[in-house]
Amino acid sequence: MDLLRFATAGSVDDGKSTLIGRLLYDTKSLFADQLAAVEAVSAARGDDYTNLALLTDGLRAEREQGITIDVAYRYFATPRRKFIIADTPGHIQYTRNMVTGASTADLALVLVDARKGLVEQSRRHAFLCSLLRVPHLVLCVNKMDLVDWSQEVFEEIAAEFTAFAAKLDVPDLTVIPVSALHGDNIARRSANLPWYEGPSLLHHLEHVHIASDRNLVDVRFPVQYVIRPQSTAHPDYRGYAGQVASGVLKPGDEVMVLPSGFTSTITHIDTADGPVAQAYPPMSVTIRLADEIDIARGDLICRPHNAPATAQDIDAMLCWMDETRPLRTGGRYAIKHTTRTARAVVRQLHYRLDVNSLHRDEGSDGLTLNEIGRVRLRTTQPLLADAYRRNRTTGGFILIDESTHRTVAAGMIVDG
Amino acid sequence: MSVAAYRFSHLDALESEALFIMREVVAEFERPVLLFSGGKDSIVMLRLASKAFAPARIPFPVLHIDTGHNFPEVLAYRDRRVAELGLQLIVGSVPDAIESGLVSAPADGTRNRIQTPVLLDTVEKYRFDALFGGARRDEEKARAKERVFSFRDEFGQWDPRNQRPELWSLYNARHAPGESIRVFPLSNWTELDVWHYIAREDIALPPIYFAHEREVIRRGDMLYAVNAFVTPRGETPFTARVRYRTVGDASCTAAVESDADTVAKVIEEVAATRITERGATRGDDRTSEAAMEDRKKEGYF
Repeated sequence: MDLLRFATAGSVDDGKSTLIGRLLYDTKSLFADQLAAVEAVSAARGDDYTNLALLTDGLRAEREQGITIDVAYRYFATPRRKFIIADTPGHIQYTRNMVTGASTADLALVLVDARKGLVEQSRRHAFLCSLLRVPHLVLCVNKMDLVDWSQEVFEEIAAEFTAFAAKLDVPDLTVIPVSALHGDNIARRSANLPWYEGPSLLHHLEHVHIASDRNLVDVRFPVQYVIRPQSTAHPDYRGYAGQVASGVLKPGDEVMVLPSGFTSTITHIDTADGPVAQAYPPMSVTIRLADEIDIARGDLICRPHNAPATAQDIDAMLCWMDETRPLRTGGRYAIKHTTRTARAVVRQLHYRLDVNSLHRDEGSDGLTLNEIGRVRLRTTQPLLADAYRRNRTTGGFILIDESTHRTVAAGMIVDG
Repeated sequence: MSVAAYRFSHLDALESEALFIMREVVAEFERPVLLFSGGKDSIVMLRLASKAFAPARIPFPVLHIDTGHNFPEVLAYRDRRVAELGLQLIVGSVPDAIESGLVSAPADGTRNRIQTPVLLDTVEKYRFDALFGGARRDEEKARAKERVFSFRDEFGQWDPRNQRPELWSLYNARHAPGESIRVFPLSNWTELDVWHYIAREDIALPPIYFAHEREVIRRGDMLYAVNAFVTPRGETPFTARVRYRTVGDASCTAAVESDADTVAKVIEEVAATRITERGATRGDDRTSEAAMEDRKKEGYF
């Protein structure tokens, strides 16, 4: 059984909570006491129906105000796969949460209401998925029961969305007509949609091919921690622990360590269960090398002829996440990139991007909460960086405000 | 070589993520500690910790907040495991705190809520800056919203409306002196994942997790063991075949009727159950719709 992480985007109005409730219900992942609690609260509030949104709205303020504030994580499994849902609120003010949910997602699920067709919000969700390089995108055209299961309505929406997605460089798009309320095309194919020949949503989630989404070509091993037991059993052991970001490593491989540029050979790849013949993403392993060279947390192991850039001038798309202070040119922040932390100054804001029209505003002087723009940073130490489109681990970073310690931005490195 | 050669199961992925999280903490904090109750989740955390730093020893102590209401089997397990791994055990004692006047014992005899001041007091005394907890997001709806690195202010409080965004695997460890971070390496695990991992790793557990005969009473719809902390208040004790799905304070943790006396049978049972583990076993979560959220805001685990 493997693992698929997916993010959902859309508001309560689109039926997102109902759809998630359906997926959980139809896969027998809802528990009787959870359902009873939701029914009781729903009845007490005088809702006309059991409000499945209460399942995902876990905080008191959310239930009181009937809004979703924050990303909630849900879990379910079928015999084929385990699923982690990052359920993100879809309103414009929650771009921050959508970006957070999408950052680790293999797949993103965007909902539209068949009666309304694509709205600004649908385009924004598609754009954010492409910005975060989510490999698979699914558009669920929901509430098909309310448009008489019309093939024409579905195909019009599908065509419009496909055309928009093509501009965004979305690698894999699937469009599915559903009725979440009645369960049509959620866990099984619906007899109400005889003209639709594709899979149900659950079938698609179970079968979408994700194994080759991993980058197995470019060896990138950010060193996380140096293990030196200094014990009588292991007096001279020195291993470099970390999680393989990409590529395949094997004992005997010649490797280069950045930023020093020294080369050596892998002698062992250790795990607590014994040595392994190869390491690939996302394995956590400990690497030993033939030569004693100075390696510390924040360094990176790669192959001599396939190395990331060693750069202090970084071009990146930035999503601003802090409501208290805006980004300004000249601002100084801590930057965390793989296992390396440095400081960065914002040299230039090239433009602010309107996520609805994709218009570039080059006269902008700052970014406020949920705004996205392209910046040039200068870092105090070189980052060992790839373009985010090539590598989500060595291409992503966060900025931290050193006075408040808040995470203020997510960054995606672009080719300079 | 084909992609099929690079298989990675969901348990492999969860384990790898947990090891990564533990290594981040040891690399970025000065004084981490692992909260160890002798429950299955903290037992799994301890296994992960021993894997993350092998062949070196676990580079932090373990902390037990002891309510004084213990299952003897669990205490015995705790002491044995800590000795095997050569770890330092720190005990934050609720009875001692009652004695010293730090907390006063509620009239109903429960000690769940007064664990929090004892935890915070111990954290302050030892100046711990990172606390590994075994909480999982599937347990409870407030926990479903919690970050892997969950920031706590100088009073140990959680502010659910003001959480740091958490992107990729870039965890923000920044905090001022006196503040701390709760770290949850099992965030993405479910109860069933924990049991599959226990099976795969062949991890020993305290015997109360498996079906056994025990004298119990039925209080509301919960089964409580008759022991030094739970005495019948008009209920008639009877013998039932039970096991514990969770292990907490012995005065408020209920048993479930079960025939599952092996890990394999427990997995079958958990896979088929229709009640969440906290719903089935924790009197403390039932006080209100937001009981867990409210306790977490005060600094609970």
